[in-house]
Amino acid sequence: MAEVKKYPAPVTNPETAPFWEAAKAGKFMIKRCTACGERHYFPRAICPFCFSDKTEWEEASGEATIYTYSLMRKSPTGPYAIAYVTLKEGPSLQTNIVDCDLEKIKIGQKVKLVWKPTDGAPLPFFTAA
Amino acid sequence: MSRDRRLIFSRHPRMRGMTVVSLALSACPRLESSGYRLARRNISALAKVRPTGQKNFRKEETPTENDLTIKGKAYIAGIYEHPTRHAPDKSTAQLHAEVAKGAIEDAGLTKDDIDGYFLAGDAPGGLWPMVDYLGLNTRKLRHVDSTETGGCSYLIHLGHAAEAIAAGKCSVALVTLAGKPRTGPMPARAAGAEADFEAAYGATTHNAYGMCAMRHMHDYGTTSEQLAWIKVAASHHAQYNPHAMLKDVVTVEDVINSPMISDPLHRMDCCVVTDGGGAMIVTTPEIAKSLKKPLVRLIGHGEAMKGPRGGKDLDLTYSAGVWSGPRAFEEAGVTPKDIKYASIYDSFTITVLMQLEDLGFCKKGEGGKFVADGNLISGVGKLPFNTDGGGLCSNHPVNRGGMTKILEAVRQLRGEAHPKVQVPNCDLAIAHGTGGLLGVRHAASTCILERV
Repeated sequence: MAEVKKYPAPVTNPETAPFWEAAKAGKFMIKRCTACGERHYFPRAICPFCFSDKTEWEEASGEATIYTYSLMRKSPTGPYAIAYVTLKEGPSLQTNIVDCDLEKIKIGQKVKLVWKPTDGAPLPFFTAA
Repeated sequence: MSRDRRLIFSRHPRMRGMTVVSLALSACPRLESSGYRLARRNISALAKVRPTGQKNFRKEETPTENDLTIKGKAYIAGIYEHPTRHAPDKSTAQLHAEVAKGAIEDAGLTKDDIDGYFLAGDAPGGLWPMVDYLGLNTRKLRHVDSTETGGCSYLIHLGHAAEAIAAGKCSVALVTLAGKPRTGPMPARAAGAEADFEAAYGATTHNAYGMCAMRHMHDYGTTSEQLAWIKVAASHHAQYNPHAMLKDVVTVEDVINSPMISDPLHRMDCCVVTDGGGAMIVTTPEIAKSLKKPLVRLIGHGEAMKGPRGGKDLDLTYSAGVWSGPRAFEEAGVTPKDIKYASIYDSFTITVLMQLEDLGFCKKGEGGKFVADGNLISGVGKLPFNTDGGGLCSNHPVNRGGMTKILEAVRQLRGEAHPKVQVPNCDLAIAHGTGGLLGVRHAASTCILERV
């Protein structure tokens, strides 16, 4: 069951520490470049599009739609659904769809962010909206 | 120089500084595309001398030493595929040594002839221990390369070996791949910058490629039955390969009725897991011609990388082959229509389908139609592929399929494939692969090979 699954604690590093600190407070942060205006995920110090160092943290809504997914039928911790979801703010990211009927997942489905605990900062997952 | 010519000169780094003559020779197929019609008029006199888009175009070319290309400058003189698929009684280093020995002997050379060595992440410890373990002649060894791009590393090695040979940095390059995922530990991979943001989500080969297939089906209506045809074709070829891990011919129904592994991929959409390996010798035209094997040379090479890139405009329905393919075809001066045999990396059925589209064998989204009804079966369809049975049925040593793709292409060009699957008069072949996870981050490499 997803509820008992143990997830690895983020190692974190100076570049991404603010993301994980915000996560502990329940805030899902992405990066926006003030030079080119593009948002990206996972967060980098230097914008991967224009290479400017003028990137800022920005809280995201946690609303997203499923771009694609695949339901892994067997694993040591049971079936799980890997997915890419596209945030309302633009960037797409890899995640798992959790805490809902995995057989009913569809491309285009609306999902929302849920946090899952680890021994360190929590990790972002998504569930049916 | 007119504005249009400048456009062409600047669009490819290899073309900068080339003469108009050599430019016309190397770039003509691209000039057929609408974007370059205007430019083509400017060199119409040359175009008449060297007609574009014709099948024999490549035959007329005589690359000169000054061309900024690897076209025709390196030959594959020796190949060897380890017959084992299960090696509990051997070490990984030993398997590397056995395939190296096989390729060197196939070429008719000796270990002391090796002055270039190429390996990837499967070689235990990398270059230092492998060079020492193999006993390569370190007075002679003058070029090494440990480019690691997963399963397509060896296709990139072939291109890099040709570059080194063309630049005079080595003359006899050895490339090895070997390992034993069935009977031994797999080497750990260093974590990337994305680790904290992705490691928890359990991306594996199955579900990463599953996500590509799911989106391809959504966008283009591709079906499981169409994907199954790829496995069916591979199985038709594998029945003639005595070393193939899976020799049984299967049907579309067999594939879609096999257990679902990671939606929408069934067990038979997945490649085999095998111990073993393969190796090749890449050398100069002069040395190749002094040896006894049929002459096979590299005439075009491309490599490319793709990833989610910050999550912008994510599109998992195409691979980096959309960039590596045109680079290789352009350098070779041929088009997909000219290809007689195709080795296409087949970690999963969807891998083949997407790469065929990306390489231009059919339009994007039409791969399903293209592979159906036996179109990839030698002697039946229009594009014979993976006539050794490929990774889907024969061999996928260390979960890395790039080497075996080259080896079967060379067998086809030499006329050494099994008679039941040998493509008649096979003088032009492609070997293409991806490495990494198609649905996450991957590399692609394309090699165009020609029998001289």
